[in-house]
Amino acid sequence: MEELTFEEAFAELEAAVAALQDGQMPLEQALQHYQEGMKLAQHCNELLQKAELTVQQLSVDSTGALSIQPLELE
Amino acid sequence: MYFPDDIDASSVVSVTVLALYLKELLERNDILQNIWVHGEVSNCKTYPSGHCYFTLKEGEAQIPCVFFKYARLRSSAPDLKNGMAVALNGRVAFYERDGKVQFYAEDARLLGEGALFQRFEQLKARLAAEGLFDAERKRPLPAQPAVIGIVTSTQAAALRDMLRVLRTRYPLVEVILAPSLVQGSEAPASIAAALDLLNEHGEADVIIVGRGGGSVEELWAFNEEVVARAISRSRIPVISGVGHETDFTIADFVADHRASTPTAAATAAVPDIEEWRADVLEKQQVLSDLMRDRLFDVEDQLKHARRDLQRASPRSLIDSRRRQLDDLTERLQIRIQHSISLRNERLRGVALQLHSLSPLLTIARGYAVVRRDADGSVVANVQQVQAGDALTIQVQDGYIPVEVRP
Repeated sequence: MEELTFEEAFAELEAAVAALQDGQMPLEQALQHYQEGMKLAQHCNELLQKAELTVQQLSVDSTGALSIQPLELE
Repeated sequence: MYFPDDIDASSVVSVTVLALYLKELLERNDILQNIWVHGEVSNCKTYPSGHCYFTLKEGEAQIPCVFFKYARLRSSAPDLKNGMAVALNGRVAFYERDGKVQFYAEDARLLGEGALFQRFEQLKARLAAEGLFDAERKRPLPAQPAVIGIVTSTQAAALRDMLRVLRTRYPLVEVILAPSLVQGSEAPASIAAALDLLNEHGEADVIIVGRGGGSVEELWAFNEEVVARAISRSRIPVISGVGHETDFTIADFVADHRASTPTAAATAAVPDIEEWRADVLEKQQVLSDLMRDRLFDVEDQLKHARRDLQRASPRSLIDSRRRQLDDLTERLQIRIQHSISLRNERLRGVALQLHSLSPLLTIARGYAVVRRDADGSVVANVQQVQAGDALTIQVQDGYIPVEVRP
């Protein structure tokens, strides 16, 4: 879960909510979805908390290949 | 015709001759017969005949002009209006009736902003006809972009403005800048190349192309066809943000989303992180509510099941039998008790009766009972005893052992 981007985690969170809305699901499975969903929400919150904009610059080098490097703005 | 004596009559020409001479003089000059001249249109008047008369001015100089209907119709000239900066192609001639040198226009082109505007309108019409601006072509912007491509100048304030907005609103996003020139003759190709580069790289979910405010000429690159084509072939949705609110460029018409400024473009590109916080919170709440409801349901089901189980259990049968047994036992006990007490009553009655008949009562009155010790039999007459027999006499308060004397 640590690897998930915010978008991925949020999508999974939505999926967990949707899954839990199915009242027919076995309780154990529902509990798993619930715990998973809560962890995902926590992860989302942490990501929002520590998010920092990254800016990179795209360019073409002398061989015509794409290269990308962090952009430093003075 | 009489001429004064001091004038050589043979050297005097008529006005007609002079006019014709002037006319010929101008008409024989090749330069004047096909020349471009530029200036500002004034005193413009188009007559019902379709001929257009005006004065072309520039600085302190001016020249009367005429643009005949036939010439206008076969040229690509715009309708002339006062104040327009134009270049006229035509010839210079002398109009003898009015006695003036006049410019006969064959064609006219707009200059400066006017020219730009005309090109703008022409390109816009052409691209619109091609369907490049069609609403069906507009792609929706991603709700949660992970990567945003930006095409603008690294030098411009616009980039800083956009990054500031992104940092505030949605710092989760990664920005990939494809730097380009945004004004000057090389800008259009540079912008198009940067757009293509971002597409080649392929990671951006949405691209912002833009620059800050400036004059019409400074913004002009965004009205060039190469830029329009690059936007239309971009596989990644494009947001345009060029100049100020009032500036409309061809890029705006082709883009999937037109933002009025670079700042507005950055705002349109990303959701607000606060909304996300609220969304995450809401999902968390929904999750908890669902789980709680589910647990309540389960608890309820459990209660029901337990009740059903209790009803169906053999234990309840046992309990019921036990109750029946208890019941019976109790009834039996009551009955036994009853019968015992009945017997007791009877016994008491018999005892009383017995008591009243008891010989002890007689003894108490001074009578005695004599028994032979040998066999315990009561001695009622003399023949029953012999001398030496051991007898016991029972009196009221005890027994007296005696021996029969010889």
